[in-house]
Amino acid sequence: MPIDFSFMIGGEAGQGVQSVGFLLAKVFARGGYHIFADQDYESRIRGGHNFFRVRVSDHKVNAIAEDVDILIAFNMDSIELHQPKMVAEGIIIYDGDRLKGVSGNNGSLFRIPLEKLAEEKGGGKLMVNTVALGAALAIVNYDLNILNTVLVDRFGNGELGSKNIAAAKAGYDYVQSEHKGKFRNIKPLSEAGKMLLTGNETIALGAIAAGCKFMAAYPMTPASSIMEYIAAKSRDLDLIMVHAEDEIAAINMAIGAAYAGVRAMTATSGSGLCLMVEGIGLAGITETPIVIIDGQRPGPAVGLPTRTEQGDLQFVLHAHHGDFPRAVLAPAAIEDAFWVTVKAFNWAERYQLPVIVLTDQHLASSYATVGPLDLSQVTIDRGMLFSEKEDDPLEYMRHRVTESGISLRAFPGLGEALVVTDCDEHDEEGHLTEDAGERTAQVQKRLRKILPLKKEIGKPHKYGARGAEATLIGWGSTYGAIHEAVDILRREDVSINMLHLSELWPFPAKAVADAVHKTPNTYAIENNATGQLARLIKAETGYDVSGRILKYDGRPFTPAYIAQAVKKEGC
Amino acid sequence: MVTVSDYAGLKPAWCPGCGNFGILEALNRAVIEMGIEPRQVLLVSGIGQAGKLPHYTRGNVFNSLHGRSIPPAVGAKIANSELTVIAVSGDGDAYGEGGNHFLHAARRNHDITYLVHDNQVYGLTKGQASPTSDVGFVTKTTPYGAASPVNPIALAIVSGASFVGRGFAGDVEHLANLIKKGIAHRGFALIDILQPCISFNHKNTFQWYKERVYKLEDERYDPGDKKAALERALEWGDRIPIGIIYQVKSLTYEEQLPPLSKGPLVTQVIDPARVEKVLAEFM
Repeated sequence: MPIDFSFMIGGEAGQGVQSVGFLLAKVFARGGYHIFADQDYESRIRGGHNFFRVRVSDHKVNAIAEDVDILIAFNMDSIELHQPKMVAEGIIIYDGDRLKGVSGNNGSLFRIPLEKLAEEKGGGKLMVNTVALGAALAIVNYDLNILNTVLVDRFGNGELGSKNIAAAKAGYDYVQSEHKGKFRNIKPLSEAGKMLLTGNETIALGAIAAGCKFMAAYPMTPASSIMEYIAAKSRDLDLIMVHAEDEIAAINMAIGAAYAGVRAMTATSGSGLCLMVEGIGLAGITETPIVIIDGQRPGPAVGLPTRTEQGDLQFVLHAHHGDFPRAVLAPAAIEDAFWVTVKAFNWAERYQLPVIVLTDQHLASSYATVGPLDLSQVTIDRGMLFSEKEDDPLEYMRHRVTESGISLRAFPGLGEALVVTDCDEHDEEGHLTEDAGERTAQVQKRLRKILPLKKEIGKPHKYGARGAEATLIGWGSTYGAIHEAVDILRREDVSINMLHLSELWPFPAKAVADAVHKTPNTYAIENNATGQLARLIKAETGYDVSGRILKYDGRPFTPAYIAQAVKKEGC
Repeated sequence: MVTVSDYAGLKPAWCPGCGNFGILEALNRAVIEMGIEPRQVLLVSGIGQAGKLPHYTRGNVFNSLHGRSIPPAVGAKIANSELTVIAVSGDGDAYGEGGNHFLHAARRNHDITYLVHDNQVYGLTKGQASPTSDVGFVTKTTPYGAASPVNPIALAIVSGASFVGRGFAGDVEHLANLIKKGIAHRGFALIDILQPCISFNHKNTFQWYKERVYKLEDERYDPGDKKAALERALEWGDRIPIGIIYQVKSLTYEEQLPPLSKGPLVTQVIDPARVEKVLAEFM
């Protein structure tokens, strides 16, 4: 019987929901399981209602499950809101001394005196969370020693570590003695432990592996943890992260660093990107390679700050005036984000243009087991560089018109060549010009770079039955949910497959057209209100995607939600 | 030996008699006298008549967007700390569109020199009021007169700039010396340069400035005294001080970045395998 099990931890901001969720995910990842975990939180530091879902599976999962097997409830809201999602044999853990009058049909109610145990056996009220962790693991008969190693990593070998271990044991023992006979079995697997990362962490690691040494950014949910990670590693890994005064400064600093020869990036969310738009064009006309991470959240304007959406696709394709090339990538999953980020840096330098990586809150702050990452597979391609051994530096021209459109890059101060560029239209040397011929030549030269770039774009990912009655089309972080929805529907004998894009621009028009033109029904599955990919497909191929399954309430898709919506469409 | 011919750039497209010519000459003189080669210099400019200056001399050039001479200059300085980075702006570029960058670059004390051609009017867009236009200055966009001006000298001092100077485009020798000191200074060096606009500012003319400017070095004046500096910063009327108004030694932003102690970032090797050592944290 395959193992696929979901925990949910719910409570107010400040009650440790994130901490319990993360530690629980870590304990199972260390036991060899595959994890997908997501966070649902409000834009506040205390109070409100937050939850954290941890899906534990013995096979790779890239989405959250709709149903909950074990709910750890730190407040009444958690019970009231999430009980309907409990499976029939589900269990709710809560502190009966604090939450009175709990009732309901779904799920067995496990009253556990969490606070009392924390005070008696642990190190006081603060250890309530650790008692709950121990209790949750007892229900599935998991190995407490693995939790102990996680607690030691988190709290150290000293008194704090020992108190947490004692608190966990108290919760574990209480459940084992008071709730006998109701347990499930999730033993650690024989497989090696797995790394557990958020989407933002894999992006940061991808950037570092790719040789990005400079980042400038301004804090904005859900992108901030990228800048925080790079800053935290700056001393050990020789990185610079500048917390700029605003997003405008951030992107322009990154462009300055890239012009000077260092791989550089910035990261923000949609409304921060609105401020950065001028930099996209500046990188375009000065042909400066930069990588921009856009962790999407619902807009317009401030929208829903801590929630998810795929609403920036049409924006990033068009942001800025004038015609110039850019590339847009959208990782399909957390592990994929590492390799996509590496690719973004290589493309940026190979084609000397801005590359935008579209993630979203769901991908950015969800956790998944990853790897192992084979760093020997990371290739660094810095593109065409000027060599003073081969060519006369006095003849160097930064924007020389070439057949491919790509000019050799030199870096200021490293040789004799002077590197001149301008945000005005410029001549081949980089000096501003208003000459009609030079203008035309520079526009054409820049646009020519699209041709080789187009050839690099990977084919969309296909999954499911060939020649099916219906195709689900998606992009970016919805990959896991759509993929699994196809599995669910195929088990119910629905004739269905999927087409998923993570390399969006230059648009792979032919591959998409070939994939869909014979399918009777196509559905765009998008976390936005207007089907932005469907509109792009129409614009680039003329093909009308026949249906839309859209979600723009700020919450991510689950496989079950998609499967149900597809069935409603009559498939 | 660096000579005048090393810095011979394109022919300027400025109005004949423009104050910009004095600034260009002073800058060239400063770098030549300091023996700095064009290849060691990075000029980052914004948009406006001042923004064109880098094209009229020689060096590495990043002519950036309006208001954005500082951010790319900062990025480039951090990427290659061996470059002599000079940012160039006009008053609209520096104190209007780029005002936020100005404050924060001063606060962080980046090791760059910032030349602001301050003619108290917009030249490129033809004669609108600028953030430093005198109060009451009537233009096409300020028919009832400009509001009170920003005081860039005072702003720079209170924002933490470690070198604040004012020059006059009509005194090239003095300005060249001031620029030399600004370049030699470790940290953010603002040099606000009084620059007559002969086409659009008929109030603050060469004559107007000449009658008012005086040199601080001719007086008993200690530029290390912040309160005294603020007093001089507020002086604007019959007497306008030029020279170093404030200078203090303080750690630059770049000096506080550990990776830069290992040499310029741009020459440090790229090694994907270095990521290996942090992967264990995720187990």
